[in-house]
Amino acid sequence: MKSLKSLMKRKTAALFYFCFLAGFAVVSVATSEAAAPKKAKTQIPQVAEIDRMIREVWQEYKLKPSPVATEGEWCRRVYLDLIGRIPTVQELDGYLSDRSPNKDEKLVEKLLYDDAYTEEYARNWTTIWSNILIGRTGGNENNSLINREGMLKYLRDAFARNMPYDKMVHELVGATGNTTPGTEDFNGATNFLIMKVNEEKGSLATAAISKIFLGLQVQCTQCHNHPFNDWKQQKYWEMNAFLRQTRALRKFAPGSRDVQSAELVDQDFAGESGNAKKADVFYELRNGVVSVAFPVFVDGRRTSSDSGFVSEVNRRAELAKFVVESEYLEKTAVNRMWGHFLGYGFTKPVDDMGPHNLPSHPALLDYLATEFRKTSFDNKQLIKWITLSEAYSLSSKAKNNATDDPLLGESPKFTHFYLRQMRAEELYESLVTATMAEKGRSYEEQEKVKNQWLQQFNTAFGTDEGDESTSFNGTIPQILMMFNGDLVKQAVSADKSGFVGLVFNNVKPAERVDYLFKAGLARDATKDEQTAYKILMAKRADEMGALQDLWWAVLNSNEFIFNH
Amino acid sequence: MNLKTPRGMNRRHFMKHMAGASALAGSALAMGHTLNVHAQELQKNRKSAILLWMGGGPSTMDIWDLKPGAPTGGEFRPIRTSGNAEICEHMPLLAKNMDKMAIIRSMSTREADHGRGRYYMHTGYVPNPNIVHPSYGSVIAHELIDQRPQLEIPPFVAVGDGSEGPGFLGMQWAPFVVDSNGQVRNLDMGLKQERLTDRLAALELIEAKFIDSERGSSAREHANVIKSTVNLMTSKQMEAFKVNQEAPEVVERYGANGFGRGCLMARRLVEVGVPFVEVSLGGWDNHGNIFPTLKNDKLPTIDKAMSALVEDLEQRGMLQDTAIIWMGEFSRTPRINGNAGRDHWARSWSVVVGGAGMNGGIAVGSTNEDGTSVATDPYSSEDVMATVCRALGISLETTFTSRNGRPMKIANGGKVIKELIS
Repeated sequence: MKSLKSLMKRKTAALFYFCFLAGFAVVSVATSEAAAPKKAKTQIPQVAEIDRMIREVWQEYKLKPSPVATEGEWCRRVYLDLIGRIPTVQELDGYLSDRSPNKDEKLVEKLLYDDAYTEEYARNWTTIWSNILIGRTGGNENNSLINREGMLKYLRDAFARNMPYDKMVHELVGATGNTTPGTEDFNGATNFLIMKVNEEKGSLATAAISKIFLGLQVQCTQCHNHPFNDWKQQKYWEMNAFLRQTRALRKFAPGSRDVQSAELVDQDFAGESGNAKKADVFYELRNGVVSVAFPVFVDGRRTSSDSGFVSEVNRRAELAKFVVESEYLEKTAVNRMWGHFLGYGFTKPVDDMGPHNLPSHPALLDYLATEFRKTSFDNKQLIKWITLSEAYSLSSKAKNNATDDPLLGESPKFTHFYLRQMRAEELYESLVTATMAEKGRSYEEQEKVKNQWLQQFNTAFGTDEGDESTSFNGTIPQILMMFNGDLVKQAVSADKSGFVGLVFNNVKPAERVDYLFKAGLARDATKDEQTAYKILMAKRADEMGALQDLWWAVLNSNEFIFNH
Repeated sequence: MNLKTPRGMNRRHFMKHMAGASALAGSALAMGHTLNVHAQELQKNRKSAILLWMGGGPSTMDIWDLKPGAPTGGEFRPIRTSGNAEICEHMPLLAKNMDKMAIIRSMSTREADHGRGRYYMHTGYVPNPNIVHPSYGSVIAHELIDQRPQLEIPPFVAVGDGSEGPGFLGMQWAPFVVDSNGQVRNLDMGLKQERLTDRLAALELIEAKFIDSERGSSAREHANVIKSTVNLMTSKQMEAFKVNQEAPEVVERYGANGFGRGCLMARRLVEVGVPFVEVSLGGWDNHGNIFPTLKNDKLPTIDKAMSALVEDLEQRGMLQDTAIIWMGEFSRTPRINGNAGRDHWARSWSVVVGGAGMNGGIAVGSTNEDGTSVATDPYSSEDVMATVCRALGISLETTFTSRNGRPMKIANGGKVIKELIS
């Protein structure tokens, strides 16, 4: 806490008071803004190209962009989106006090490449991708073959090493081996498909691979031609035919019937008519007529033969190759990544693309996709382009462009930053960081505690598809948790080693309120908020109590829970 | 305390609040406690609905529309009921109450994917990337809220899984999701009311500043939900969630399981004025081993709970004002697959409704001899919704305006099923 104190001292008290007397509504963030040197535009060509294409759409719709966000807001945004939590006061001050013209780029690079952040970066993207691949509840039920630990371990390694995206997809689609860490042929990537291949002729695997990696929603074409796009039932079953050699095998504990782990394997497939040399797949048209399909990828490419013998054709290995060679791969990837940072992708949802759901910025989507492939699928470069773009820098205030609101059913124009609620995981990490609650716990213990906490919000519907919902969605249970839940109780506790206690004991009285607001909202308190604090204090004659109440209010505010 | 205040709270405003904290407590936190007097009076016109949601897609030809003797017919036999329609032999208690319920046997829909089917059956609309439609509970709560000014707890409660969301109606119409044990988590702050009031005043200050800086509708909705939360935290009506206050024999009659308790809770909630309760029972996605699962688990569960609910509402004189809807996202294939299960099927299936003055004891529509298609006019999610709305006295001319100004007809223009409404 010493370094923290010295950082606080560095603040320019004179300017602060000037603003205060002059009655500026936003006190010190505005100060640092005014005092900040003019920033240099980044030299990255991709950023310039993104900015140009975004501006083109503004011009076309005669829209004016919002001004740029305050430095505090932008910094908070970058921390949240990149490493999954808000910045600490020290981190925020570090950025605000940086005088260099390329400070934005420096911050993004620090979070991407500095070893001190590798763990948090990997954790954030592991969370995001495990939710995509196996859902929030995958592996938590007793009878699940998914080993959640195994999935997380695989992803964590992949993101910590910045594995190229195509390589990761190739491994996830083609994975063989055991789901569970510690087994001889452990391969955590198998957890993606382990629960999706045995039931219903592998229809879950068909749908998941198409949707997640290719942006093609094919679920309904299982039973009938798609009502909106040109996906035909035939295509669905041709895709499905790639996955019919694949099986999930249960592995039992020695001498018992307890399932210990599972293994994903490819076995000879005899075809539905029993001729493995030409292993076919049957499906029923809506009019009852039965039709036949062999493996054919969406772009028409086929396996070398229709054999069902793995020794002749490993269909899933072929599929993995087709998937990573497909241009759908990079389009879906950049669309998802853009959606992660800007709140909306170029299509809504990000994993449903096609002529029935045209993108808002087709040229930009194509451009980013092409550039992403050119970097050999380097996630970090893509992240850098997006976070340094103009669209990502704008304020979430929609003064003159409120009509640009995707909630109204409009396609996004990105004239301002769209408000979005933190994910439950982001809230958790933010509270833990802001309140230093988890000091001294090992990584595994932390993850375990977090997983338990997260489960309170998740409901699995119990379908084979693993459909689920979260109550961390801005409804009453979430508010109740923020009002009264243990995590927040702990965060506002008067305990000496708790956050409020630390502030009380280590920060100068005049700076305590600002410290709380910076920790939670990445800005100083306004005049009104300072006054409120004084009133609370006078009423209670208990500064610790007043700090607790104020910190509670900060954590419960819209400004806290929204990434803005 | 008004968290909806569109203007920011300035310093004077805040000081006023803080100075008069006790007065404030009177106005905001005790909000609900004053109005219980005329409850009985208002109850007269009060309509409600209970949706029994069968997540996963129940095989209705094994439950409500049996085909004994057909190759697709499965293992179960039909039995007679107190109404005109026969149902599955494994629901003897319900059979005695079928004079109050009606089976719609010619449902024919197109969505056979769980997510899509769930959305469609809850909203009457197929999923659309540009707009999110409000679910059943949100729509009905929104329409019936005026009949219950004394309601302090959320007007749409979902017991079990989370239903569908409020869509363009906004977060205050979102389902309040609770466990069937009736325990609402994190209800108590463990502080004196004055302290809570101080905290809320400070919160409002920060909240209002952010809203006033034109951050869009989500920032405002957050404040609305906070308001609902404060109401609920201090409401005596929360007692309705405590199913364990019921006599053990009542709990037993409904079934000592999650769904049974959920149905019992639904009755208690409707009694205190909640207009829409959804109780879910999952586990109907029976791709394998379907007959033992239905016979030993699913059917006894709904038999007990649903029959208890119908009887209980009837005995309390509430059935005439309470619609009951039993449905899932779709049904299951007439063909029995290699794992002795049935797969997804939306082309020909059944939904059951009753109460709120709808005609009971009948089956509306029919399917062909092996259950593979409807033999009479097909009905849709929209039609069921329109019929329920009519029974609840909600005008089918009601039109919502989605946020982009597009008019949306309630129940998506569905047609009332005439046989059900006399």
